[in-house]
Amino acid sequence: MTNKTDPTGDVRLTGISKTYGAFTAVHPLDLTVPQGSFFALLGASGCGKTTTLRMIAGLEEPSAGTVSLGGQDVTALPPYKRPVNTVFQSYALFPHLDIFENVAFGLRRRGIKSVKKQVEEMLDLVQLGEQARKKPHQLSGGQQQRVAVARALINHPKVLLLDEPLGALDLKLRRQMQLELKRIQTEVGITFIHVTHDQEEAMTMADTVAVMNAGRVEQLGSPADLYENPRTTFVANFLGTSNFIEAEVDSKSGEEIVLKAGGGKLVLPEARCSAPATTGGKVLVGVRPEKISLTHADDAGEIPDGRNRITGRIADSSFIGVSTQYVVDSPVCTDFEVYAQNIDRDPRLVPGAEVVLHWNPAHTFGLDADQDADAGVEEAA
Amino acid sequence: MSTLTEAPPPLAPEAPEPKPPRRRGRWTPYWLLLPGILWLLVFFALPMIYQASTSVQTGSLEEGYKVTWHFATYWDALSAYWPQFVRSVLYAGTATILCLLLGYPLAYLIAFRAGRWRNLIMILVIAPFFTSFLIRTLAWKTILADGGPLVGALDTLHVLDVTGWLGWTAGDRVLATPLAVVCGLTYNFLPFMILPLYTSLERIDGRLHEAAGDLYARPWTTFRKVTFPLSMPGVVSGTLLTFIPATGDYVNADLLGSTDTRMVGNVIQTQFLRVLDYPTAAALSFILMAAILLMVTLYIRRSGTEDLV
Repeated sequence: MTNKTDPTGDVRLTGISKTYGAFTAVHPLDLTVPQGSFFALLGASGCGKTTTLRMIAGLEEPSAGTVSLGGQDVTALPPYKRPVNTVFQSYALFPHLDIFENVAFGLRRRGIKSVKKQVEEMLDLVQLGEQARKKPHQLSGGQQQRVAVARALINHPKVLLLDEPLGALDLKLRRQMQLELKRIQTEVGITFIHVTHDQEEAMTMADTVAVMNAGRVEQLGSPADLYENPRTTFVANFLGTSNFIEAEVDSKSGEEIVLKAGGGKLVLPEARCSAPATTGGKVLVGVRPEKISLTHADDAGEIPDGRNRITGRIADSSFIGVSTQYVVDSPVCTDFEVYAQNIDRDPRLVPGAEVVLHWNPAHTFGLDADQDADAGVEEAA
Repeated sequence: MSTLTEAPPPLAPEAPEPKPPRRRGRWTPYWLLLPGILWLLVFFALPMIYQASTSVQTGSLEEGYKVTWHFATYWDALSAYWPQFVRSVLYAGTATILCLLLGYPLAYLIAFRAGRWRNLIMILVIAPFFTSFLIRTLAWKTILADGGPLVGALDTLHVLDVTGWLGWTAGDRVLATPLAVVCGLTYNFLPFMILPLYTSLERIDGRLHEAAGDLYARPWTTFRKVTFPLSMPGVVSGTLLTFIPATGDYVNADLLGSTDTRMVGNVIQTQFLRVLDYPTAAALSFILMAAILLMVTLYIRRSGTEDLV
């Protein structure tokens, strides 16, 4: 990739990596974040997402590779010369300055004298106009968080970097702030790069999510795309829950692959199989718990034809209001998870009942069988 | 689905509410305060009262002293010894500023840059305390000895010409001059400056530096606008811990100075132990205390650190 002037304000990482002695925090990484997008770096702690963010901010020097912003190579620039601002984890507000001065800090450093109007407008945007003369410690966590956002945004950076900005907030406030940040982003149209370990947060807020694992980007795409078409078991497990069945490729017919698992047959659309499916080869068949229907074995005849089906016995069920979560033991897969909406509950579906699990073949996805089916389960928990 | 329609099994009958325990702890804080209060009473309040009464007594050693409410002693003492007062404040003030200039960079280094050397440097800062105050001060007599290597070097470099012109040294001597006394004070009180500075610098969240850099502050601006203001509690307590004892100090002036560098501490010592003029000595002590209290109050008011601590 060249550094010639780029008319857009894209953030471009080219072969960027970071090593600490023998430990590689970030493997060489190419990433382009289009201007104006809300981009999330999602991963468990220690996956290199924060290091990547800090390299964009200039707080960490990359071991190799370049960072460019809107076509300008900024790799060698110190943080105070980059057109980038950061919302730090735990905010890092200046405790000795009041809210007004915290927000005005960046403007004053750039020698702007009349900051009053801008600061007031920015405080209004984050709904903190009344609190201007308070010190940070007098505000609640959510308010401090908004000050941190205002302090960064007022500088009209090319890119706003958010390092786990909602991590310190309780669940309810976090949901509220997710919507708030999304609203602000839409309003100001600045590129947001958001680092988080919370998959729900990433999916709610971002246009594009990059799932990182062990210093590499596992997969990049829109939240729905990542959820429906994970290409690795890590992504499948980190974003929500997945069930996996190891199956053997029996035959291919047109757009569909027919697989053998246990005694039965499963159908998988070829377009949704990211692994090379050769007859006789193995494939991991995945299906999301909410796509599966549960029918008591006595009613197995009522299940329409053309659906993938496997049999099993309910091992556990937990009622959580909007749905019931079942764990089903089946010959092809132990601990099969099924989420059933509580619309018409079948009273026979209790632990110990023999059941048939069935789903639309279109909801099946296929992955390379050479990977750990449980990758990413622990991290997501 | 029977489990849902059935009523839940009754809960175990609730145990009768235990009676609230008698409030036994009500007096505990006072008991805990007692030793400290007794200590203060016996070793601070009573001597102060005794001292105050001494300062308004008249008489002589032979006939004994009587309380005659002779407040003129204060005025007499002040008019006789005001040069020593001024000198005390001047020397202590200079030493405090020197301590701050020397101590701040070192405390900064220990807090932010020392890494694994941090503990070693801290031990080096505290190490002089393992030797007696007197011996350390006497060592300075050797360091600043006439014709010694240091003084010789300063003479060769014509530093002594400059300090002599300023009135800090006399001829080719450093010993027995104001400079020697200020050096001794600075040296002896430096750890009292470094320790509080280090404590307050070390508490500063490193992310604030990053945040300042991220908001377009160059390193020097970050120091001026973020680090230094946040270290003000350390600066204030360090200067107080240095200035207050340095003002009353007499050992440095005694060992490293001459009759021209006598500080108020020396006068009080002489009045008490040689002249045996107890009322004047007591009055001088009270004047010194009042002066320090006033200066400290003004200083704290002005530095406005109440918000930071």
